[in-house]
Amino acid sequence: MSTEPYIVLSAILFTIGCVGVLTRRNAIVVFMCVELMLNASNLALVTFAKANGNLEGQVGAFFVMVVAAAEVVVGLAIIMTIFRTRRSASVDDASLLKY
Amino acid sequence: MTAFWILAPIMVAAALGILFVRKAVHAALLLAVVMISLAVLYAALDAPFLFAVQIIVYTGAILMLFLFVLMLVGVDASDSVVETIRGQRLLATVVGLLFGLVLVVGISQVTFGTVVGLDKANEGGNVPQLANLLFSKYVFAFETTSALLITAAIGAMVLAHRERLTPKEGQAAQAARRVREYADTGRHLGPLPPPGVFARHNAVDTPALLPDGTASEASVSRVLAARGTVRSAPAMADDIDEVQRQLGQGGAARPAVDEDEEGAQ
Amino acid sequence: MSVLPMLAPLAAEGAEHVPVVDPSSADGVFTLMWVVIALPLAGAAILLLGGRLTDAWGHLLGCLTVVGSFAISLAMFVSLIGRADDDRQVSQHLYDWISVGGFKVGADLLYDPLSALFLLLITGVGGLIHIYSIGYMAHDERRRRFFGYLNLFVAAMLVLVLAENYLLLFLGWEGVGLASYLLIGFWQYKPSAAAAAKKAFVINRVGDMGMSLAIMLIFVTFGTISFTGVSEAAGGAKESTLTAIGLLLLLGACGKSAQVPLQAWLLDAMEGPTPVSALIHAATMVTAGVYLIVRSNFIFDRAPDAQTAVIAVAVVTLLWGAIIGTSKDDIKKVLAGSTMSQIGYMMLGAGLGIAGYAFAIFHLLNHGFFKANMFLGAGSVMHAMDDDVDMRHYGALSKMLPITFLTFLMGYLAIIGFPGFSGFWSKDKIIETAFVDSVWIGILATIGAGITGFYMTRLMLMTFFTQKRWEEHVHPHESPKVMTFPLIVLAALSVLGGIMLLNDWIVDFLAPVVGTPVHHETEVPPIVITLIILAVVAAGVATAWFTIGRSEVPRVAPTQVSVFTRAARNDLYGDAINDTLVVRPGTHVVHGLTTFDKSVVDGAVMGQASATGGLAQVFRRWQNGFVRSYALSLLGGAILVVLALLVVNLG
Repeated sequence: MSTEPYIVLSAILFTIGCVGVLTRRNAIVVFMCVELMLNASNLALVTFAKANGNLEGQVGAFFVMVVAAAEVVVGLAIIMTIFRTRRSASVDDASLLKY
Repeated sequence: MTAFWILAPIMVAAALGILFVRKAVHAALLLAVVMISLAVLYAALDAPFLFAVQIIVYTGAILMLFLFVLMLVGVDASDSVVETIRGQRLLATVVGLLFGLVLVVGISQVTFGTVVGLDKANEGGNVPQLANLLFSKYVFAFETTSALLITAAIGAMVLAHRERLTPKEGQAAQAARRVREYADTGRHLGPLPPPGVFARHNAVDTPALLPDGTASEASVSRVLAARGTVRSAPAMADDIDEVQRQLGQGGAARPAVDEDEEGAQ
Repeated sequence: MSVLPMLAPLAAEGAEHVPVVDPSSADGVFTLMWVVIALPLAGAAILLLGGRLTDAWGHLLGCLTVVGSFAISLAMFVSLIGRADDDRQVSQHLYDWISVGGFKVGADLLYDPLSALFLLLITGVGGLIHIYSIGYMAHDERRRRFFGYLNLFVAAMLVLVLAENYLLLFLGWEGVGLASYLLIGFWQYKPSAAAAAKKAFVINRVGDMGMSLAIMLIFVTFGTISFTGVSEAAGGAKESTLTAIGLLLLLGACGKSAQVPLQAWLLDAMEGPTPVSALIHAATMVTAGVYLIVRSNFIFDRAPDAQTAVIAVAVVTLLWGAIIGTSKDDIKKVLAGSTMSQIGYMMLGAGLGIAGYAFAIFHLLNHGFFKANMFLGAGSVMHAMDDDVDMRHYGALSKMLPITFLTFLMGYLAIIGFPGFSGFWSKDKIIETAFVDSVWIGILATIGAGITGFYMTRLMLMTFFTQKRWEEHVHPHESPKVMTFPLIVLAALSVLGGIMLLNDWIVDFLAPVVGTPVHHETEVPPIVITLIILAVVAAGVATAWFTIGRSEVPRVAPTQVSVFTRAARNDLYGDAINDTLVVRPGTHVVHGLTTFDKSVVDGAVMGQASATGGLAQVFRRWQNGFVRSYALSLLGGAILVVLALLVVNLG
């Protein structure tokens, strides 16, 4: 078995996540795209774990998941707060901090 | 590799779908597809523990959280198609493609050597081996994540908490306010009208008719109206005319009402 | 001391031994040396810081401190005379003033015969002038402040003459400059007084530039600035270096002593109260330049070119001042021109080297007596004439002001060199020595003496004789006793100053400091030279008598006068020369510089600022607040990083 297809898949998913972050305006969808990027990197970690024959990569993926969970909790709470005050979930509307 | 070649196109398609679907709920469901597929790939890569965690934590907990927030924010908050930042979409696509190209080309230039495999590392089971690592080498990082999780939980609570700035309105005060509003703006005192109940059609998505025959917007749920699933009064106008004709009475007043409702729609 | 053996042959070659400053440490009454300075300094501090609280008794305190200093000076003088000739240098180390690496300067005092004479002059004449000021300034509201400044001046002057190194001397030098500035502009509500003070200050800065450069050069050359160290090492230095130091010191001396070309301030300085003119601008401060040159004899003796420069400056100045004196109608300005001229004589003496130092100091002391006497006398006359200074408004005052007249007469006879009076001995000696050096210098100095006889006689005649030309409301009266007492004392000293030359006492007394002169015979016997001088002076006096005493003196200065008179009235165009040579080019340069500063420097600076601002205006548009556009640039950066990684790892 070869690891290269996994890595390429990981790269493609990551890139799609990037483009999603850049093009979507709904904060929640943007956030989902961020999760997609995290998952793509997790795939690469797990693949490398297999390729190198140790579990360090899996441990790394595990930590990424934990941190992602914490991040999602806080991030969604922030989105909620913004929505509550501005009645909008668009990331473009929260653009007061400018020149 | 069979699983990979089956799942990889599905995952890429689902991920691309996230970019293009208009509704956030659909995006969440497509993300679930990607994540579950990933879980399967983890299993194929000799990571049974992560397989379980991916399904339970990601697909189960985190995606549920997304859906809850979507529910709170409102399913009607869909993206508008118009791009607000000039050139953002084009640039994002170009730069994103460039990035992907660079990554893929870069990866294809690297030789990855032979795959060692995890048979030896997973000796005695994947979970005990992971536990060995987590509770020895990575114990500090592990403990630190617990602090991180608690902080995140408290942070979410603090963010979600809304300070009450005014005393809670009692029943008497509420009644007084409604009467005052009626005096000032003429706002209706009583409860909103219930949805319409017709002889042949009886549902919450049908607006009630006011005494003059017009449909009452206030009688149907705002969410249903946003979804566009409300059966509008004009849609029923033909029915009414038909019924009136059957009854053999000249419904002279009807067409005017219909035109009104069309304007409102 | 190690340099001494090397010095010996040099000294032998020069035939005249240049003495080395080698003081012993202070004991006995000499330990009070610092008190001489501290007393007036404390007086100044009390009077200036005490404010109105000290108004009632401030003038008495001011006099007491100076008289106290005089008493200590006298005690030290007596004690010094009691010592052996070669043991007459005493130093006192107060504290380490500056210590930076190899640059060590102590607050050291040096008391030797030269300092001793100056101390007596400053505190003695200074004390008399303080007492005189009690009466003269009696009606001034700010008398207490006046005494504070006077005390400050005395303290600074004492630091100047007691300093054991050039830097401490410079401290006193600047101190007297400050006091002079404050006192010239004492009546600062008069624009002319304020301008005169500023002029004196600015011109003195030019001299100070030379002075400070000289000190730096001394330190670079010798590694020390103490008189002891420099006098020991001076013999080992190159003559060109010593000449440079000498010329720079001369520049400093010119500024302080109002010598050509830095003479312009002294006439304007007469805007200050008359006691100030007497103390600072006649008796003490303006002679600091002479002191500096005599004190630096170990440098000038080895730099003949610098000495020649001193003589040139001196001769020009003594004629310049005398010529100005001939045509001024302001009594104080005549005296100021005379002062300039007399200091020229002292500088001439100092420039003549070992042969002349002692006579320069001798003339300095005598001049201190008779010029202070005459300035105070002029003050007394002004006091009587309601502060009118124009001599054309005086006349026939000898009857009205008998004491002032008599004391002034003593000063007059002293300055023109009437045989037996103090000025006769000292000026005669200087001119005689000048004849030894060069006949031409002697002749010029003699002419100067003749002009002195002319303008002083003119002053005497216009003030005390001829007919009354008073203003209508003026009623002259003799001054109070507190003012006439100092006049009498100074008149006595003017008459008796010549005593110091008995048995060549002053020459021997100063020998440890300035060296023992080798006696040179003039080609003609000294008595002939003396007679020639007397004849020239008599001619000057007679000219004055026939031109002024015998004819009517107009109340308004005639305007149809010769070119020479007009030039003399305009201070020989000293101000015009300064304006043309320095002020106007300076103004042009400054204008150019300000234009350059405004357009180029400010333009560059402000242009930079506005360019930055403009760029920021452009850049801030990038800060559009949209998270997604920030994320786009982030991704761009990520591409660059990945590319860089690829290049590094795969390239």
